[in-house]
Amino acid sequence: MSETKIDKGNSLWADAWVRLKKNRMATGSMAVLVVIGLLCFIIPVIGEITASEDPLERSSHWFKNPNYQDLTNTFAPPSSLHWLGTDQSGRDLFSRLLYGGQISLLVGLVATSVSLVIGIVYGSIAGYIGGRMDTLMMRVVDILYGLPFLVLVILFSLLISEHMKDVAIVMQDDWGWDAEFVKKTTNLIPLFVAIGSLGWLTMARMARAQVMNIKKQEFVEAAVSLGLPHNKILFRHIMPNMLGPVIVYATLTVPGFILFEASLSYLGLGVESPNSSWGILLKDGANYMETYPRLLIIPSVAFSLTLFALNFLGDGLRDALDPKASKD
Amino acid sequence: MFKTILSRLGQGVIVVFFLLSITFVLVRLMPGDPLTDEKALPEHVIQKNREYYKLDQPTVVQYFHYLGNVAQGDLGPAMSKAGRDVFEIIRYSFPASLALGVSGILISIVVGIPAGIISALRKNSYIDYGTMVLAMFGISIPSFVIGPLLASSIASNVPFLKVAGWGDPLDWVLPSVTLGLATAAYIARITRGGMLEVLNQDYIRTARAKGVSQLNIILKHAMRGGIIPAIAYIGPAFAALISGSFIVETIFQIPGLGQHFINGALARDYNLIQGVVILFGILIVIANLAADIALALLNPRLRKA
Repeated sequence: MSETKIDKGNSLWADAWVRLKKNRMATGSMAVLVVIGLLCFIIPVIGEITASEDPLERSSHWFKNPNYQDLTNTFAPPSSLHWLGTDQSGRDLFSRLLYGGQISLLVGLVATSVSLVIGIVYGSIAGYIGGRMDTLMMRVVDILYGLPFLVLVILFSLLISEHMKDVAIVMQDDWGWDAEFVKKTTNLIPLFVAIGSLGWLTMARMARAQVMNIKKQEFVEAAVSLGLPHNKILFRHIMPNMLGPVIVYATLTVPGFILFEASLSYLGLGVESPNSSWGILLKDGANYMETYPRLLIIPSVAFSLTLFALNFLGDGLRDALDPKASKD
Repeated sequence: MFKTILSRLGQGVIVVFFLLSITFVLVRLMPGDPLTDEKALPEHVIQKNREYYKLDQPTVVQYFHYLGNVAQGDLGPAMSKAGRDVFEIIRYSFPASLALGVSGILISIVVGIPAGIISALRKNSYIDYGTMVLAMFGISIPSFVIGPLLASSIASNVPFLKVAGWGDPLDWVLPSVTLGLATAAYIARITRGGMLEVLNQDYIRTARAKGVSQLNIILKHAMRGGIIPAIAYIGPAFAALISGSFIVETIFQIPGLGQHFINGALARDYNLIQGVVILFGILIVIANLAADIALALLNPRLRKA
């Protein structure tokens, strides 16, 4: 009896990691995302460090200022100077692609975080309290669900961005922040807030269902009988146990929001200059599709590859974290 | 069943009312108003216009006045387009949006459900993988990339298809395909999941054991349960398609509601924005209700509720 070897129990996460590693699509997607992330966030920094002092151009020989227009050099084909060529205003496509990627990824990540926080807190409170309060809170979600998302985001972001103009003046004049930085952030914040604050509904429903399940388990009963306060039970004991589905859902939300930002930008209601995003590049590219297909194809590939990888990673994570759902 | 429909309709009225109220407040919180224009009009003209559009009255008065008008089917005059009625604008531009939305959802059903069923039947085969990778492409590539690509690759080679425009029904083809593709992809994935679950059930095995033909098993036994999740998705998806058709309308220059809404939002045309939003609200309520009725017909367990 004493010689029976007891296997060391694997945690849920270790198990999931093993399963995820076996899924070639998911690991490939992860690698692609890491590469895209590094390209978008590291290369521009290096480029800026090695840039020349010339205030107008602010470029190095291989990495150009994405907003520097050279009207004598429009639609230039790829060369050693401009790796992916230049666009209709003579801006370097390579650096525009990377900076645009930064914004697109940021919008996806930040808006997802906003929606996660709101959705989880709202949904778990509804699920934990239960009863009439729960019915009321979820009815509110039902009503919000019936609203046209795109329309509300457009109205909401227009509203916030108008008010951001006042904030921008304060930032610039009273706090002495850099004008371009202020312009960039005040342009992005409305998008983050509008998308995030309207996109939390599915998350709330999911969180509620999770909490209702978990709250029946013995360890919660134990916590209750030990006399822990409700907020501690909810935030310390219940919430960590719903991390799996939350991560899966978040991974699948990011591409949705990136796509959403791109659609808004395409309609001329999203990101504005000096910011650019993949949506803007796609929109510009579509205008010159016939004559310079490169301008559409390059951003499309970057954009679709990212979304593709995120979606596959999300699917893979779901399969890894919830093996029961993916037996087939 | 009848009672359920009635109560859902009642709920729908509440949804539209909330939507209207939220929009009413949102548009008025935006700085600027419909009458601030680049063209500097004389002060007394602006004053006259304010009175005409009742903008000189307190917001609460405007609100109840507007509610009263809406209840009588009057959406008010468009503020950014002098002399035109919101209802009239909607009547002229909505048919195009509706036709686009309906043909888009039809395409996505016709493509998505069979693709999902085939994938589920050939589980883990190359057909299955191929379909699912294709579906992922459909989800990951935005309509404003697919649209121009379709237009340039197909419209320039097929003589009777045009790159843009909205004249005869043939012009509907490319925009509806563009609009329906992503939804088709989702439907395919959902259908596959639903069918896989049903195909594992005991009653399917029983049917097999009794010697029911494969075709009958799929059509009569498995599909009925298997497409329930897809039907549940189609209701909200239809609503999303109609309000999401702005982009496709822009790509193919379709004279639909999209442009009016966007221009209205930029020009702060309160009445126009509110009118379009009410219309969307009503559509969403109807689409969800239709989906629920379809679900109840497919799933007897839901009928009692």
